[in-house]
Amino acid sequence: MATFFGEVVVAPSRAGLDEEEEAREETPEDREIRREIEKKREIDVLWTWQAGGCAGEPLVCSRFIVAIGRNAAAFLSSFILDSVCWEVVGVVKLWNEWCRTSSTTNVLPTDSFCLFYRLISDPTVLLCQCSCYVAEDQQFQWLEKVFGSMQKKGLQVTILSTCPVADYKTQESTLTLVSPFLKALKTKEFQEQVCCLLLEQPNIVRDLPAA
Amino acid sequence: MFIPCDRGGDSAGPDFKGFTLLMPAVSVGNVGQLAIDLVISTLDMTKVGYFYTDCLVPMVGNNPYATAEENSTELSINAEVYSLPSKKLVVLQIRSPFIKNKYRPFCETLLSWVKSSKCARVVLLSSSHAYQRDDEQLLGTPLRYLLTPDLEKAVGGRMKELNWKEMEKVAAYPGISDTDKVLHIPGGGITKLLFTESCSEGIQMAVLLKFCSEGDNIPDAFVLVNYLNEWLQLIKSEVSTSSNSTDPSSQWKIPSSWRLLFGNGLPPALF
Repeated sequence: MATFFGEVVVAPSRAGLDEEEEAREETPEDREIRREIEKKREIDVLWTWQAGGCAGEPLVCSRFIVAIGRNAAAFLSSFILDSVCWEVVGVVKLWNEWCRTSSTTNVLPTDSFCLFYRLISDPTVLLCQCSCYVAEDQQFQWLEKVFGSMQKKGLQVTILSTCPVADYKTQESTLTLVSPFLKALKTKEFQEQVCCLLLEQPNIVRDLPAA
Repeated sequence: MFIPCDRGGDSAGPDFKGFTLLMPAVSVGNVGQLAIDLVISTLDMTKVGYFYTDCLVPMVGNNPYATAEENSTELSINAEVYSLPSKKLVVLQIRSPFIKNKYRPFCETLLSWVKSSKCARVVLLSSSHAYQRDDEQLLGTPLRYLLTPDLEKAVGGRMKELNWKEMEKVAAYPGISDTDKVLHIPGGGITKLLFTESCSEGIQMAVLLKFCSEGDNIPDAFVLVNYLNEWLQLIKSEVSTSSNSTDPSSQWKIPSSWRLLFGNGLPPALF
């Protein structure tokens, strides 16, 4: 593609294509490097009962609330979580270019972390605070490993997340939107009343909340 | 990979034996995907399932083909399958790009699903970078087709009748003569991989592509879907009485999700 200044550049494509990747055959060294990187990017979900050497039995869960992103995690910290009613039962350990979480459960609000809490009065209610960024190649793994530890029958999942207002597509100006600006998406199996309007087209949700 | 929705009484899921599978390649300008949106929206196709895959970037939203309040609240994700049994047509729509290093596994799983569901043939809508055309390709139609050997036997004659142009092979090493000619589809995403794999696995596949650039690709989508319609006759092209030309563009229904494709309206506070 020629720019206004006459230089020829490779045009970036919305389709997210990577020409170099296609053309090159993978050498054994490439394969080894790729495997090492994949291993480094693996996610570990550690539950507190596993530390005692117990077998991994599926967790009985009736309600699972997941807060993704710093804002949603802070919301739970401010209004829901306390050390009297909730106990930490698990942690996700991961690494990617944006953040690294550890297996410690003693975290500061400014850290990147992904912790699971259980309501002491009703141990089937689980809560997850995920303030770290889960990269797109790790999202499916996160899902399979977290939900894989749960018995999913009769499970109700609520996902809390935030998006920048600048991403919201609307005919009106975003300056006139009411605050707090809440929108929801729900599966058809969810029969309860939703506390706000549903997200209208052409808006979509991405990343871990979408996964 | 394929999960049927509404299992109901028919636990075996929908039957695609003998159907034509129409699908897009995620390619320059997303033209294939836009064209597929037009097909699904115009033919009012029913969703019959989705692909559960870790190969595509996750996304979710409400029904992109909603026409009224009642049908606007069905969730829609990144890879969904629609069907129209009356035309023996099954359509796959892909709504997000591939995750790095995952396009190969996706192609393998897709082709094995094509074989196991016994689809008669696959039609892949795609596009290629317009700026990579050579001098000859700059002239004439920007539309091209490709057929795997198995499909060539069945429909090659029809392409000649329609006066369609086959995608040219280019020299493997440009500038050096006497080199092998290879298929090169820059900006076509998985098009070349799917096509070459289909050739070697005996799958009947046709590729329909348009040369284009990134920008407002809605007109490109219309051109591509009309090209497809010349062959598959999915909708009737009305002959206009005033002129002899057929212009089916107005008969394709634009889905509601194409609103605000280039962002919001201008804030009044700007002025």
